[in-house]
Order: sequence, then C-alpha cells, then structure tokens
Amino acid sequence: MPTFIASIAGKRVDDRRPWPRLIVTTDTWQSVAHALADGRATLLGLWGDAGASCAAHMAIIAADATEIAVVSLECPEETFPSVGAVHPPAIRLERAIHSLYGLTPVGAPDLRPWLDLGFWDVQYPLGAHTPAPAVRPAYAFLPAEGESLHQIPVGPVHAGIIEPGHFRFTASGEAVVRLEARLGYVHKGIESLMAGATIERAARLAARTSGDSTVAYGIAFAHAVEAALEVEAPRRARYLRALMAELERLANHFGDIGAICNDASFSIMHAHCGVLRELVLRAADACFGHRLMMDRVVPGGVAVDLGPDGAAALSDLLKRLRQRFPRLVELYDNTASLQDRTVSTGIVRADLARQFGAPGYVGRASGRNFDARKAPGYAPYDELDFAVPVLTAGDVNARIWVRIREVEQSLLLVEQLVARLPNGPIATALDADSGEGLGFVEGFRGDVLVSVRLAGGRVVRCHLRDPSWFQWPLLEAAIEGNIVADFPLCNKSFNCSYSGHDL
Amino acid sequence: MRRTLLESLTQGPLTETPPSPDDAALAELAAAVARTARRRLGRSLAIRQVDAGSCNGCELEIHALNNAFYDLERFGLRFVASPRHADVLLVTGPVTRNMREALERTYNATPDPKWVVAVGDCAIDGGIFAASYGVVGGVGAVVPVDLHIKGCPPTPRKLLQGLLALLEGGAAA
Repeated sequence: MPTFIASIAGKRVDDRRPWPRLIVTTDTWQSVAHALADGRATLLGLWGDAGASCAAHMAIIAADATEIAVVSLECPEETFPSVGAVHPPAIRLERAIHSLYGLTPVGAPDLRPWLDLGFWDVQYPLGAHTPAPAVRPAYAFLPAEGESLHQIPVGPVHAGIIEPGHFRFTASGEAVVRLEARLGYVHKGIESLMAGATIERAARLAARTSGDSTVAYGIAFAHAVEAALEVEAPRRARYLRALMAELERLANHFGDIGAICNDASFSIMHAHCGVLRELVLRAADACFGHRLMMDRVVPGGVAVDLGPDGAAALSDLLKRLRQRFPRLVELYDNTASLQDRTVSTGIVRADLARQFGAPGYVGRASGRNFDARKAPGYAPYDELDFAVPVLTAGDVNARIWVRIREVEQSLLLVEQLVARLPNGPIATALDADSGEGLGFVEGFRGDVLVSVRLAGGRVVRCHLRDPSWFQWPLLEAAIEGNIVADFPLCNKSFNCSYSGHDL
Repeated sequence: MRRTLLESLTQGPLTETPPSPDDAALAELAAAVARTARRRLGRSLAIRQVDAGSCNGCELEIHALNNAFYDLERFGLRFVASPRHADVLLVTGPVTRNMREALERTYNATPDPKWVVAVGDCAIDGGIFAASYGVVGGVGAVVPVDLHIKGCPPTPRKLLQGLLALLEGGAAA
C-alpha cells in the first residue's frame, strides 16, 4: 500500500529537490487538508506566491516523519480553499498569506489581519502592493464574556530585555481566562528583501531572521540552495555545521534554563547558567571568529575552518561544562520551592502538541517524539550517536528537563564531531544555476523550514518558516487557567521567537 | 548548593577588568550631549532597552552584560523595567514601521534629560533590512541619537566600552 504522501495525485514539478512538489487540484488540496485534520500528516508550512506564479503552497510531513512533500494549488482567482477551516494550526498562516499576498482562504474561520498592524504604506506588500487604505478598522481581539472579567494589555514594549509583541489577557481575578497574542511588531519584510537577492546576500538575510538561531537558519537556507543547485557540501563542512549547531543549542539551552528559573525568582541558577552560556559563546568565538557564529555557514559549505586551537578550546569547554552543569541540575532537582513553581504549570496537552506538530522542546515535553535530525534526518547526524529525550507531563518543569537532557546529548555530539572530524575542503563552489529546494533543520527551538526558488544564481522567492508559528498558539492554550503571575514563567519556558515569526 | 556557594567564595570572581571607554564614542558624545545634561545625569545611569525591530542578536549580547564576566551593575549602570525610570534608551534594530509609534511613545515617556544609544549595525541606517516596505530606517530616523555602538551584533565588550564612554562623558563635564 502506498504511503499517504505517495498517494497524493498531482503534477510533479521538475527541478525540485530533495522532496517532491506537486501541483494539485482543488479537490486534492482539500483532501490533504483533511488528512492533516485526521492526523495522517503534519503541517510544516503554508505560504503564498503572487503575480504570474500566484499559488498557495503547503508543506506536509508524513505521520512517521519519513516523507515530506509540498503541494501547490494555483490560484488565478487569488483564492484557495481554507486549510484552517478543518485544521486550526493553519489559521495564522492563512491570515499572514491574506495580509501579505492578498490571497483569500475561502471558508477561513478568521481573516483578521496578521503581521500587518496598520502601519505600512502598502497593502498586500508581497502581492498586489497597492496603497494602504487611509482608514482601517480597529483590530478586534477575540472576546471573553462573563461577570467580573478584566483585560490586561501588555506590550509591545515589555519590561525585560526581550523582543516586542502584544499580549491581551482576559483574567478572572488572578486566573487567565483567555490570552491572545498580537504579533508582527518586528516585521522587517525579509521575504520581499529576499526576492532578487544574490545567494550571498540572501544567506546573510536568512542568518538574521532570528538571531538566536542564526546557525540553524544558515544551515536550513544552505540545504535549500544546495538541493536546488544539486550541490553537496563537503563532509568536513557538514561536520563543522553540526558542531556550530550544537554549540548554538548549548548556548541557548543554558540561557533558557537559567532564565526560566530567574522568572521563578531563583537567581542563582540564572547566574551560573549565564556563566556556562558565556563559556560556550567564547569557545564559539575562539573556534569560528564570531560569538553567535553569524554568517559562518554559507551555501556550499562553511566560511571558516576549525584549527587545532579551536579543537583544544572545545575540549576545554566540554571539561568545564561537565564539571559545572551536573551540579546545577542537582540544584534544580533538589529545590522544592522552585519546583513548586514549575511543576504542573502551563501544561500543553499531548493531543494539541501532536495536532500543531509542536516543534522542539515544546513538543518533546508533551510526548511528541520528533526531531528533524533523526527523521527525516540529515548528514552528519546519521553517523552520530544521540538520543531524543521525550517527556509527557507537558508543563514548565518538563520543558526544563527536556532542555537539560538535550544539553547532555549535545555535549556527547560535540565530542563525537570533534573526534571524527573528517579532513578535506570546507566549501564547494556554486553555479549560477536554477532550481527549487527545501531545507528542513532542527534548531535549538525546533524545526526550521526554508523553501527557495533560484534562477540564474539569484533568489526568485524564499520562504522561511520559524518553529514559533506552531508554538505561539500553544502558549495561549497552556496559560489558560494559570495565574497571570505565572505567565513570564510559561512564556520563558516556550521562548518563542518574535523576529523569526514576524519575518 | 552549599558546594557551589563555597566554591564561589574560594575561587574568586569571574568578573573581568573593564575595557577603557571607546575613544570614538567619547568624541561623538562630546559633540552631541550638552554639558548641563551630563552633569545632571551623574555617574549612575538607568537604562531602558527597546527592541525596535532587531533580529534578537543584539538583545542576546546586551543580556550578556549582566553575566558574571561583565557585571554591568558594578559601574552604576542598570537595566530598568520602565522608560519612566530611565536616563538612557538603548535601542536596537532597524526601526520597523510597526514599532515606530511604540518607540516614539517610549521616548516621550522617558523624562529629560535623556540619552539615546543606538546599538548594532541595523540601528545606524537600517542595515541589511533598509529599503524594505516594513522598515523606517535607523533609530536616528525616529528619535535623536546621542551615541552609536556598531557591530552585528556588538560584543558585550564593545557594548561596555560604549556605555562606559557615557559615564566618562558625564564625569568630564
């Protein structure tokens, strides 16, 4: 029996790698939407295209995570049947398509603007690009009705050193009845800047989509470009990329573990985790010449090689982290007052995590056994030994423990990568060719999807999907029934990206 | 925990010697900031950070200023939660059209005298994001800027040099 993805009928697009893209009929489009709703496949992305190639595209992955496909529906009438009507995870993506491209998802349950907050000179900036109307209706937040409810608006400028976004709480006393996020404040129009860019410039843009995941975005973009041009990065480059990716994961996980504890007023964890994070960033700087390793991954390979000094810095780093981290884990585990805040707070139900295809630690803390490094998998992880920790409690505590276990796995990975680092070149030259490619990479936060279409060595179209798209809505579900004062704790345990989401 | 605390006592601090203030920053400040304002600000500054559209890279390094290696607070510099408590706005990012009004309102909520420090290459002129329909430009296109700290993102050491110049500028007046 063919798998669900193999059974999708459609016209296969040439020059699309490594996974197929199928141009489908409206009926097939709708049957795929229903398959998502039934759980036969998981939604990976939904985006649009304007002008002559006006279409809606949907990336899906089979339930067993082995196969990926993109299905495209051409929309000459600028409409397509709503996926969100049957599968809620698609709703915000469709709102973004409507606001950016002007395509209308017919039958969509929610068509309020998304990302467009009413401040742009243009309407449908990636589509018709028409002047914005002079007067726009005020944004209507979703209602919550009942006696003695009150609203708390928060943001876009928050109290800490964090990104901007607006949260609208409706509370009954201390308990949150409804939270609705309104995002888009850091929308920079990255996809419009991508169009027509050289591959080099586009890679720099991709690396600045979400600064904390610059390596993950760099790799995802490189994979997409290399697939489109049928080029393979050398083995040594693949290993160095993975090394950078694991350092990025370590730095962010240390930062997060400390910051979550800090939001429960346990600052000693924050102070010590901050030291560990700094040690990782300094090692990254010593190895690759940049603390966040920005622009070190390039399409075709990597920009800098690891010298003997770098390898020594890494083995010293591993030694110091292994000395200090287990004691912090013990401290977390043995502090009842801290656990009192994190255990059973902000629970994400397993069925929601599965439905939304919750990326990263958010999914893995709620029973979703998914890691793009394992399946569909990519080099060099197929040659390395590591486990994917999965927990089921779905609370703040579980999201901390998944990170702790992932730190331990990343330490093992760094060790293996350094020990087995193959010799050879670190980059392959790229031709000014044409083609389409998809990159799918596990960042620290979850899976990053990049779709790219190239012509003559330039980017025609590039779509970048941050893992946060499928995490933000779950934060709203997780906070329901919790007290307002626990929101920072829940929010930090998700640590969603604003910039990656807003693009 | 006891072991961790005891070790902190015996091992000595991780905190490093501060860098000397950035000369270019001192020169920029001398030209930009009025003497009276500098005298009023004194040697302790409250900083309010505003992300006006950054990729979050600059925020990560600004965060690092609070870690044990850089320990910003030893200089009398501290981050505050409200612009109403702030002397300095530390603004990152190209200013997006969606954040312009929020930045203006934050600036207006900050009491005089105040300084604005633009952090990162994007904050100077919009950087790689300039020319987008979603971006106004650098921070200077929306609020007056007293000091620029370059870098993508600037390292914590670079940030520290810039901020120390702010204190030196105040003391020299």
